[in-house]
Amino acid sequence: MNNTLIIGQYVPGVSLIHRLDPRTKMTVIFVFILIVFLANSLASYAIITVFALAATFATRIPLRFIFKGLMPVWFLIGFTFILHLLVTKEGPVLLEIFTFSIHLDGLIKGLAISLRFFLLILVTSLLTLTTTPIEITDAIEDMLAPLQKIKFPVHELALMMSISLRFIPTLMQEAEKISKAQASRGVDFRTGPVKERLKAIVPLLVPLFVSSFKRAEELAMAMEARGYHGGEGRTKLRMLKIQKCDWLALGLFTLVVLGLLLTRHYA
Amino acid sequence: MDIIFENVTYVYQPGTPFAHKALVDLSFRVSSGSFVAIIGHTGSGKSTLIQHLNGLITPTAGEVTVGRFHITPDKKPKDMKELRSRVGIVFQYPEHQLFAETVAKDIAFGPENFGVSQVEIDHRMQRILPLVGLSEELLERSPFELSGGQMRRVAIAGVLAVNPEVIVLDEPTAGLDPRGQKEIMDMFYKLHHAENMTTILVTHSMEDALKYADHVIILNNGRKYMEGLPEDVLTREDTLTKVQLDVPEVIRFLQRFEQKFGQSIPYNRQDIPDIARSIQRIIKGCAPL
Repeated sequence: MNNTLIIGQYVPGVSLIHRLDPRTKMTVIFVFILIVFLANSLASYAIITVFALAATFATRIPLRFIFKGLMPVWFLIGFTFILHLLVTKEGPVLLEIFTFSIHLDGLIKGLAISLRFFLLILVTSLLTLTTTPIEITDAIEDMLAPLQKIKFPVHELALMMSISLRFIPTLMQEAEKISKAQASRGVDFRTGPVKERLKAIVPLLVPLFVSSFKRAEELAMAMEARGYHGGEGRTKLRMLKIQKCDWLALGLFTLVVLGLLLTRHYA
Repeated sequence: MDIIFENVTYVYQPGTPFAHKALVDLSFRVSSGSFVAIIGHTGSGKSTLIQHLNGLITPTAGEVTVGRFHITPDKKPKDMKELRSRVGIVFQYPEHQLFAETVAKDIAFGPENFGVSQVEIDHRMQRILPLVGLSEELLERSPFELSGGQMRRVAIAGVLAVNPEVIVLDEPTAGLDPRGQKEIMDMFYKLHHAENMTTILVTHSMEDALKYADHVIILNNGRKYMEGLPEDVLTREDTLTKVQLDVPEVIRFLQRFEQKFGQSIPYNRQDIPDIARSIQRIIKGCAPL
């Protein structure tokens, strides 16, 4: 498979970030998403950037791999930057070409928004790069557990999530297999008029649907045969446990948040 | 069409932590009109190899030549479609590729893509249906109503309808009952002889390789492990067990027979009744056939 997009892909490893409890990672990332929007000064941007890069280094995943994998996102970031650059008409004029003028505020705003965007995507992709999908669903189930009191089907939701996550690679493999089989029968997915290319999708989608339904049925049967009857009284093979390194990470992150709030206040 | 692999290497997802060498410096030659079996353990690179044959993937290094088509890392032939109409691939579980409303439409799909006229398609259909053992009544049925074995035959008919010069079979009998397995293999063997079709069979089954192939290539971890005549390659028990492969049952039986009774019956593709007759003669004290 040649997936250029790495979002959602797990890279096995034993780094500190890999070993953190998924709940810790998710809490940190959730709060990080909020505080990114609080940054408003050079110092505050520096703090969150340093934090994000330090976390990235700590995963021990080759940087080249991460940055290359974010390639499709670079385009979005670049687009956001250019949009802000051209639309903002405040501050001293830096450059004037024909009817376009580029203002200092536009440049600063464009840089700031692109940086936020980049950091958000970088940090969230660190979660999936270092956490298996199963760990993520376990963490979601655990964190949503209080909702069970209001009859919210937490376990079923988590199960649905883990099943769909589990079958994404299977489905991708299947899609690739079928598209190769159809390509061998003369289907051209890459060239030709748009109408023809759209038509070429039918021989790909129909077999995919058919096999997905078949697989769903088989899975349901296999689960029932093994005595599955919903979440009640079900125990877990992997228990989530907060360890020393989790407290350390949470403490460190609290410092980052405090630092950000301080720089914001005194800016 | 002759098929030549020259120092072919293929790497999946190069430059990532998932980089994986599926083929390593592989060279071999398949001459036109021959029946070649490619054997190997799961993950030995068989499936990767066959995808090179019609340009579904291009080698990371080396060169693949199929007839007048040359495929190298930086050069794909311009008329790829032409190559794909000459090399038909029956993938593993080919029934998974069925999609059309009727059997007839599904079989016609390939030739239509390659611009074959409707008249010619009907003509080919008449020829292929009895060959793969499908009755004409099925043509207007939905392929999804058929049994697994029938679906497999429809999918195979769809590949044959393109009239390829080379046919590549990736475990064509997987998941069929013994009778279906034999029928399908006999059908391909007949086709190979009747139309002089170059046939490449990827298989786990040492029996099938021994029975049908006139040349055997054994792959291990993406490298060529052994190559030669089936009766030479498939009789070397020690070398085969090193790569988790077994000697075919017939050969094993003849080898054990020789160990036990001190009489050797040379294997030259005789079937089981013939071997039984040879044993009978030995027991009666005559010279083996």
